[in-house]
Amino acid sequence: MAGRKHIIPGFRFTMGLTLFYLALIVLIPMASLVLKGSGMGWEKFWAAALDPRTLHSYYVSFGCAFAAAIINGFFGLILAWVLVRYEFPGKKIMDGLIDLPFALPTAVAGIALTSLYSENGWIGQILYSLGVQSAFSLFGITVALVFIGIPFVARSIQPVLEELDGQYEEAARLLGAGRWTIFRRIIFPELLSPLLTGFGLAFARGVGEYGSVVFIAGNMPYKTEIAPLMIMSKLEQYDYYSAAAIALIMLVLSFVILFGINLWQWRLNRVRGI
Amino acid sequence: MVMENKALRYALIGVSVLFLTLMLILPLIVVVSEALAKGWHTYVAAITDPFAQKAMWLTFEATLTAVIANTVFGLAAAWTLTKFSFRGKNLLSSLIDLPFAISPVIAGLVFVMTFGRISYLHPFLQSQHLAIVFAAPGIILATIFVTFPFVAREIIPMMNAQGRDEEEAATTMGASAWTIFRRITLPNIKWGLLYGVILCTARAMGEFGAVSVVSGHIRGKTNTLPLHIEILYNEYNFTAAFAVASILVILAIVVLVLRNIVEWRTKREKEV
Repeated sequence: MAGRKHIIPGFRFTMGLTLFYLALIVLIPMASLVLKGSGMGWEKFWAAALDPRTLHSYYVSFGCAFAAAIINGFFGLILAWVLVRYEFPGKKIMDGLIDLPFALPTAVAGIALTSLYSENGWIGQILYSLGVQSAFSLFGITVALVFIGIPFVARSIQPVLEELDGQYEEAARLLGAGRWTIFRRIIFPELLSPLLTGFGLAFARGVGEYGSVVFIAGNMPYKTEIAPLMIMSKLEQYDYYSAAAIALIMLVLSFVILFGINLWQWRLNRVRGI
Repeated sequence: MVMENKALRYALIGVSVLFLTLMLILPLIVVVSEALAKGWHTYVAAITDPFAQKAMWLTFEATLTAVIANTVFGLAAAWTLTKFSFRGKNLLSSLIDLPFAISPVIAGLVFVMTFGRISYLHPFLQSQHLAIVFAAPGIILATIFVTFPFVAREIIPMMNAQGRDEEEAATTMGASAWTIFRRITLPNIKWGLLYGVILCTARAMGEFGAVSVVSGHIRGKTNTLPLHIEILYNEYNFTAAFAVASILVILAIVVLVLRNIVEWRTKREKEV
């Protein structure tokens, strides 16, 4: 086998194993979702996918995920900045803690956040007295999605900020630029690309998130039902085809948005000549 | 480096500490405090409950299977993608990452579509009395799907950075594939591999959405720990729910500590 390209042994075996396993676990199951979803006929498909209650659930899922990703963009930038540029006691612990949402099961996060933000909870008490309904509302869903998305933005920006060459900042300072100008004109443009990556990851994760959200959402129709929950409830009614239709719409929307972010990033890098 | 304004520095550190305390530390404290709200005996009773024990066992089984399967796959995929040149490499690499972009609920749904009531395979499975969906195999498959790229993703960049020179030299000297892997590749990637395995474990033991779809919620039979927590919580048995949750909190903290140790060792080795 193999001409010049394949000097190292094991190509057939590893490639075969990879393709076989990929097909078995990912491709065949995904294909059967697409087949079942598209095999039901256009009319039924659109009726299931665009039913008003379901439409509202897309709006909740995508809207709250967007809001949460923006909040995480802001705090993620600050967290990365603080962790890279400053020295202070407890920094190591803070750095390690950021990954907690990756390690903590979503259901545990869900019940913990619900307990904190409900009317008698430690944080909920304060918010409710200020007139903010912090649990069983869009606010609550966004809180859960912020929790889930914290690591994405911070972890995307951190390595780039660490590699950033201090010379340009130094030069700008010598030329008399203020701190804010240096940040806005020199540092921020470098961080925009990883910020977008982190934003996209946090957003994609938020759109599909289920475990941490169902407990705090309250799941009221036309108010706080998220799209993954609609899939779940269609399945519970044995309405498999509608579940497949909603899933396909969600997949297509997420891919279009991720593709858009990638495109923006690609243009950004091209303009900057990277 | 630009001189930093002290006030700004303290403000930013303050904001970070406040944000992390509110969003990450308080949830951990609330789990422990709710779990122990009714005393130590109730806590012990909740975690030694036979249903909780069964759920623990199934979680362990699913996690172990997913980690082994995805590690073997991850190594094979990384070998193929980094040691050879072929057409369609980018496509293959994107397909491996696909499960990252998919909602856990949809991950569960695809298996219901493949093996469930409306599947083409359903008549066959039924005639053989094989239960996949609403049974343990479905839970294991869904867990594997959700954690599919974790190991591969960690080691592919490492193996790419290392290049092929060492392996090619060993091949010319007549070493077999297994020897090359064991003696050259593995020592180079061991920390990355361990890191991937840790991440995979964390995600596998905590998976909720995907497993929830395929489980059918049969108590004592197809419940994992996260599902058991949900059932207890929906029965308003909050103390027991938080008690079981506290086990997963401890495991999550162990995972974080291990992760940091591995990261620290990798950094140190790079510097040497």
